[in-house]
Amino acid sequence: MIRSDSSLILEIHDLHARVEDQEILHGLNLKIREGEIHAIMGRNGSGKSTLAKVIAGHPSYIVTSGKVVFQGRNLLDLEPEERARSGVFLGFQYPVEIPGVSNLEFLRVATNARREHLGHEELDTFAFEDLVRDKLKVVQMDPAFLERSVNEGFSGGEKKRNEILQMALLEPMVSILDETDSGLDIDALRVVASGVNQLARPDNATLLITHYQRLLNEITPDFVHVMAAGRILRTGGSELALELEKSGYDWIDQASEMRD
Amino acid sequence: MKFSSKQWLDSLPDPQGLLEEVQRHGRKSLITLGLPTKSSEGWRLTDLDRLRALFDLPVYSGNQTQNSESDHFRNRNIWPSTSSKGFRLVVDSAHELIDSATVPEGFTFLTHEELSQVLGRTLHKCECNSEWAVEVNQASATKILALRINGRVPPLELIMPACPNEFSATRVLLILEEEADLELLQMVLGAGCSAQSHVLEIYLGNGASLRHGWVALGGGEASLLGHLTVEQEPESDYRLTTIHQGWSLCRVEPRLVQLHGQAYTSINGLQVTKGSEQAATHTYVRFDGPEGSLDQLNKSVAANRSHSIFNGSISVPRVAQKTNASQLSRNLLLSGNACIDTKPELEIVADDVKCQHGATVSQLQQDELFYMRSRGIKLQEATELLLEGYCREIVSLLPLDIARWDLLNYLLATFHE
Repeated sequence: MIRSDSSLILEIHDLHARVEDQEILHGLNLKIREGEIHAIMGRNGSGKSTLAKVIAGHPSYIVTSGKVVFQGRNLLDLEPEERARSGVFLGFQYPVEIPGVSNLEFLRVATNARREHLGHEELDTFAFEDLVRDKLKVVQMDPAFLERSVNEGFSGGEKKRNEILQMALLEPMVSILDETDSGLDIDALRVVASGVNQLARPDNATLLITHYQRLLNEITPDFVHVMAAGRILRTGGSELALELEKSGYDWIDQASEMRD
Repeated sequence: MKFSSKQWLDSLPDPQGLLEEVQRHGRKSLITLGLPTKSSEGWRLTDLDRLRALFDLPVYSGNQTQNSESDHFRNRNIWPSTSSKGFRLVVDSAHELIDSATVPEGFTFLTHEELSQVLGRTLHKCECNSEWAVEVNQASATKILALRINGRVPPLELIMPACPNEFSATRVLLILEEEADLELLQMVLGAGCSAQSHVLEIYLGNGASLRHGWVALGGGEASLLGHLTVEQEPESDYRLTTIHQGWSLCRVEPRLVQLHGQAYTSINGLQVTKGSEQAATHTYVRFDGPEGSLDQLNKSVAANRSHSIFNGSISVPRVAQKTNASQLSRNLLLSGNACIDTKPELEIVADDVKCQHGATVSQLQQDELFYMRSRGIKLQEATELLLEGYCREIVSLLPLDIARWDLLNYLLATFHE
């Protein structure tokens, strides 16, 4: 939802980042305002997932220059957990399995970390169970998954539902969903997309990273960005995704050749 | 005389009682064997100075255990009550008449005559009756708990407390008759500067079932030597879970033989070390018949400058066709100065078997830590959750409502110190 008076939540300015010795992001710029849904598309290796991990603070990704400002604060000064507590959420492309750690306990600790930041009271086990059972409805998830270890033995679809469940519990200000649609069948995609739509509010924002129009059929973005070689090459409305679906990314090569 | 601790041997009371012959034999063997040396493969990694120090401690002299400590593992006055369904026996050198205890229906004490026929048989079957650590026990143990078990019986909790500043030795023999069904939890509780030696012999008859927990918690400068030996008849089901934590020197050897195959065995172990502790688990499983199964998982967590050792031996001779055995050793290093030695040792002669093994040594998984941190969980808390999950996998397998002892939190507190 584009509103001219909405505040800026996330501003990325001339961001350069590398992993090991390879520079992946080459001066990326992006502004996201409250209420907006953005989609980033692009070929494999264009830097989409790197951008997500850099924003979330993955220690393997080194920012070499540039700024990421979240609600007026330099996000890059914060540890990953501080970013999450202050309202940045990364939905993982491949959610990690953590054997032996109860999903319910993990969700409770994470929820209380966010609540602490917001100045809310910590939820005890009973109060949290009430809350989580309510949030399960957002992604139509079986409560049995709460009793298992985090993501252990979950199918691809169950893992993605668990990601959106976490998003529902943490109530982030900005959610970056990295290929949330990968590995999902049509029904699961609809459930997950419906969850994301339910959680979109006028005061938060969503950044979808995806390869496919099928996700954008379910979640209509306000802006679609095309990434290539570590920067955003083109920005448009939701119609840009349809155009990409038809014409692919060959025009990127032509654009590069012309630039060279 | 080769044995360097002759004074210790001389300090032992004269051989007497039910174990008189065993004591004589043990003492004689120790003089011949001498102390283990690094040239012996089985002792290559052991801290022999600490082993030698065992003999600086006098054998139990009759003083009562001090009960002033606040820790519920050290102070018998604040031990948690027994599991509601089960009963408890305390096995230490101080209990003069262990066979006079009252036991529920289904348990009977072996008579002296019965005992003389079966004592040492399982040690012999498991090829460890002449092992140095067994001989140390035989030389010094003066008491034995020997029980025959029939039918489905109430769970049994055996507590083996230490005598501070002393060396204590116990011996336990359990015979589970055909179709007998028992849950057994042994709590071996070290304290201060003490040393313990425990030898256990278990026989499982056809179709018998034993879920066995062995929790050995040191404390201070305590040392432990243990041999857990088991014979299994066909269709029997034996599940062992071991926990070792907090010993200056700990060496425990579960040794097991499936007498005719066709039995099920699981061995799950966790050893947690910190400071300069050394803990070693040496397991040996042999299949003397076909179609036997083994599932084994040994985990360790090593912090600071500690040393954790696992040696997993599996023997599958020609008679053991269609054996299905799996062994996994997973090890977690919490410090660059800690040391882990893990060695699978599979000897397979039979040609129609399925045997797999694996070993990993790693630090805490960075992707797991980042996943948690990306949910707002602080690094320290994420680390604790991962360690808790790592330990819980084994602790949760212990029988007799182990939560009574608050063991998991006790283990995790290791990492705060």
